[in-house]
Formats: sequence, structure tokens, C-alpha cells
Amino acid sequence: MVKKLVPMAAKASFLALAAGIVVLGATALSAPAAEAQTRDPAYAAARAAGQVGEKADGYLGYPVPPSAEIRRMAEDINIKRRAVYAQKAQEQHATVEDYAFTSGCLLISQTRAGEKYQAPNGSWETRTSAPPLRDSRCP
Amino acid sequence: MKSDELTNRARLAKDLPMHLGKLGKRRSGQRGIGLVMVVGSALALGGCVSVKAPDKPIVIELNINIKQEVVYRLAADAKNTIDENSGIF
Repeated sequence: MVKKLVPMAAKASFLALAAGIVVLGATALSAPAAEAQTRDPAYAAARAAGQVGEKADGYLGYPVPPSAEIRRMAEDINIKRRAVYAQKAQEQHATVEDYAFTSGCLLISQTRAGEKYQAPNGSWETRTSAPPLRDSRCP
Repeated sequence: MKSDELTNRARLAKDLPMHLGKLGKRRSGQRGIGLVMVVGSALALGGCVSVKAPDKPIVIELNINIKQEVVYRLAADAKNTIDENSGIF
């Protein structure tokens, strides 16, 4: 009985190892193909300048009236965000709005000092070192 | 006898075989119960608690709790999503 078990365990561990290698390989392959991993310089500059800010609903908004260029860039990012939210929400069996809202909570938390975010009352706030004002439903 | 029957029912009850010999006690017991009931109802009226219907409809915000539950469930996955797509976040 014990003799029978040992080869089985060895087999199982080999399978687990093989699966791990496959997963690692897939991750390594998909990483360069994924969405750009760093912010576009124009986007980074617009964030730092407070021309765009994080809204509570998970999308970018305009704390000040945007230029045509800023608006085009933010809308482009919001369309990409929506595509990601929609895909992930489906995987999690949630609505796009709930997934986007959850992301918005996290994105507001992640803002750096000087960046803009929208408070629960709709006003635009500048992030300081203090915790941001967030919706009471945020995790 | 007929007038007796009509005006004094207690005496009629006395003649029933079930209560033979117990009538005196029973009557005093009844009087006691009556007294307790009067005192009790008087107390009940004195200690009456008045309950008023609210003038506004009762609204239970279930949506908030449901949303919060969903948000907490999604938080970990959303964090990964943001990290994996940092170019657009």
C-alpha cells in the first residue's frame, strides 16, 4: 500500500511542477503583450498638473475645463478602462458599474500628493498626505 | 320557585351535583378573581404604553449593504487588475 502511494505522490508532484512551469511560461509570454505597463508621459503630466483626476466611479474626470487634447486622451483611457472593467466584471459575475466603483475606491487611495480626486460629495479635492475622502462603501 | 330561579341563579347552581359541597368556596374564589381583574385592568390602564405610527415611511437601505458586500468581494481582484494594467490607471 505504501509502495503504491509513493510513485503516485511523485507523479502528482511532477504534474504540479509541470503545471507551474506552464503557468510561469504563460505569464512571461503574456507580460510584454499586455497593456502598456507605464503611463504615457502626457497622461502622467496631466495627472500631476491636476488637469485630470480620479472620479469615484472608476474613470478619469476633469477638475478644470479640459483642452481638446486632454479630453481626447482621457476619453481614450476611459474607453480602455471600461473594456478592462467589463471583462473582469464578467469573470467575477459582477456588474461593470460595481467593478468600476471598486476600482475607483482603490484608484483614489493610490493617488499621489498633488493629484486630484473626486470626493463623495462630487467636489474635486487635491490629494495630500492625509487619507483621501472616499465613499463609505469603499473597502 | 320560579321567581327564585330567575332572581337567584347561585342557588340553582348549588343544586347541581358536580358542585355539591363546594359552593361556598367557589363563590369566594370568584369574588377574588373579580377583584384581581378589576385591580389588574386598572393597573394596565395606568401603565399603558402608547405606540405612535411614524409619520414618515420606513425605508431600509438594503442597496448600500449589498453594494458594500460586492465591493469587498471585488477589491482584491480590482487591485490586481489595476496593477496589471498600470498604463491606463
